[in-house]
Amino acid sequence: MNSGDIAWMLCASAMVLFMTPGLAIFYGGLVRSKNVLGTIMHSFIIMGVVSIMWVLYGYTMAFGPDLGGGLLGGAKYLGLSGVGADIGPYSDTIPHILFCAFQLMFAVITPALITGAFAERMKFSAFLAFTILWTTLVYFPVCHWVWGDGGWLGAMGALDFAGGTVIHINSGAAALVCALFLGKRKGYGTDQMHPHNLPLTIFGAGVLWFGWFGFNAGSALAADGTASMALFVTQVAAGTGAVLWIIAEWIYQGKPTTLGAASGAVAGLVAITPAAGFVGPVASIIIGGVAGVLCYGAVVMKGKLGYDDALDVVGIHGVGGLWGALATGLFAAEVYGGVNGLFYGNANQFVIQGIGAVAAIAYSLILTAIILKVLDAVLGLRVDDEEEYQGLDVSQHSEVGYRIV
Amino acid sequence: MKKIEAIIKPFKVDDIKEALNEIGIKGMTLTEVKGYGRQKGHKEIYRGAEYVVDFIPKVRIEVVVEDEQAEQVVGTIREAANTGKIGDGKIFVIPVEDVVRVRTGERGPEAV
Repeated sequence: MNSGDIAWMLCASAMVLFMTPGLAIFYGGLVRSKNVLGTIMHSFIIMGVVSIMWVLYGYTMAFGPDLGGGLLGGAKYLGLSGVGADIGPYSDTIPHILFCAFQLMFAVITPALITGAFAERMKFSAFLAFTILWTTLVYFPVCHWVWGDGGWLGAMGALDFAGGTVIHINSGAAALVCALFLGKRKGYGTDQMHPHNLPLTIFGAGVLWFGWFGFNAGSALAADGTASMALFVTQVAAGTGAVLWIIAEWIYQGKPTTLGAASGAVAGLVAITPAAGFVGPVASIIIGGVAGVLCYGAVVMKGKLGYDDALDVVGIHGVGGLWGALATGLFAAEVYGGVNGLFYGNANQFVIQGIGAVAAIAYSLILTAIILKVLDAVLGLRVDDEEEYQGLDVSQHSEVGYRIV
Repeated sequence: MKKIEAIIKPFKVDDIKEALNEIGIKGMTLTEVKGYGRQKGHKEIYRGAEYVVDFIPKVRIEVVVEDEQAEQVVGTIREAANTGKIGDGKIFVIPVEDVVRVRTGERGPEAV
C-alpha cells in the first residue's frame, strides 16, 4: 500500500464521479427548456442505478478473472465478495475496493454519454431499462475485453489508457444506433431547436474538463510520473481541441462560437483519453487539434446525413474516440508508456488499435440494436406526440425547470 | 388628432424620448415588439447548424398629437431614430377620432 497513491486515487474517483453531473449540466443546457430536467435526470439517476449494478454483478463481469476466451469476467467478485481494503489484482499500492470505486465512475458516465443521442424524446421507463441492459450486455463485457484480467483486446496489446475504446467509441456507436432507431425529434429541421442555456453548457464543459484530470491521470492508478504526464497532455489536448474547433468554424461559418469552444474542448479530451499515458506534449497538440477539426466536421456532416443525434454524441465521442484510439497507435512512444506506435517504427500497434476499435464498434452497434428492438416491442421507446410537444419535464416527471414568478 | 406609431431600434428609445421632450411632447406609450422588414432577421450558429431568426426585437412608440404638430413629431422621430443602416424602422401616422382622459372625463385635444 502507498498512502500517496491511495490519496490520489480517492480524489481521482471523486473527480470522475463529478463528470456525470457535469455532463448532465452540459447536456441540460443544450436542449430546449421544456426538456432540461428530463435530460439532467438521465445522467443523474445513472449514478444510482449503475452503482447498484456494479456491486451486485457489474464489477465481477468486467474485472473478475476471465471465464476463458477473454470475453467476460467470472463470478469471483459477485456482490463484491472478497473485494475490500486489501490489495487486489489490479494494483499493488491501493485497496482493491478503491480500484473498484474508481472503475465504477467510468461505468456510470459511459451510459450517461449515450443519453445525448436520444434526448428530448425517450420515455423515462424505456431509458432506465435501456441503461440497465446496455451497461450489462455491452459496457461490462467491452470493459473486460480491454482492461479485465485476461480480456482478449488487452491480451492482444490494445492500448486504451483511460477509455477511448471502452467508453467513447463504445458509447458513440451505441448513440448512432439510438439516433437511427428512435428517429428524429418532432419538428426536427423545421422548428428552432436552439440550446436553451449555453452558459449552463459551458459550465458543464468546464466540470467535465476538471473531472477529466481524474479520468486520465487517475488511470495511472498511482500518484506518479505517468499520472503527471497524463494530466499534462490532457490539458494541452483539451485546449488545442477548443482552439482548432473555433478556427474551423470561423473559416467555415464566419463566426467562432462559445458552443464550439466547449465542444472542441470535449473533443480534445475524448481523443487524448486512450493516449494519455502513452504520448508526450507535442503529440497531444496534434491529437487534440485534429480532434477539434475532425469532430466539427463530423457534427456538420450530421446535418447532411439527416439523422437526429440530438446532442452530437456520435460526432464528438464516436469520431473523437475513434481518432484517439488510432492516434494512440500512431503517436505512442516508449519513453512515455513503454510502447512504440507507427511513427516510432511499430506499425503493428496501429493495426492492433484498429482491430480494437472495429471490434468495439461492431459489438456495440449490434447489441444496441437488439436491445432497442426488444425494448421497443415490450415498452415502447418514445413518448407519444403530445408528451413530446409538452416536453419530458412535465410529461415524464411532472416538474418544470424554470418558473418565472 | 393623429397617432404617430413608430417601430424603431430599441437602443434608440432614449434619443427619441429626449428629442420629443425638446419639442414639447411629454407622454408616450412604449411596447416591446418583434418583427422584420427588408433587413430580415439574423443568423445563429449552433454546432455547425445555422438557424435564421426572422423576428428581431424592436420597440413601438405611440404618441397622439394634434394634426398640426404631427409632421414635426414624425420628423423628430425620424431624425432621432436614423442610424443610416438597414432596419431603422417605420413610422405610421394614423387618424384618431377622439381621446378620453379616464380620470376627468375630458374629451378631444384637452385629453391628450
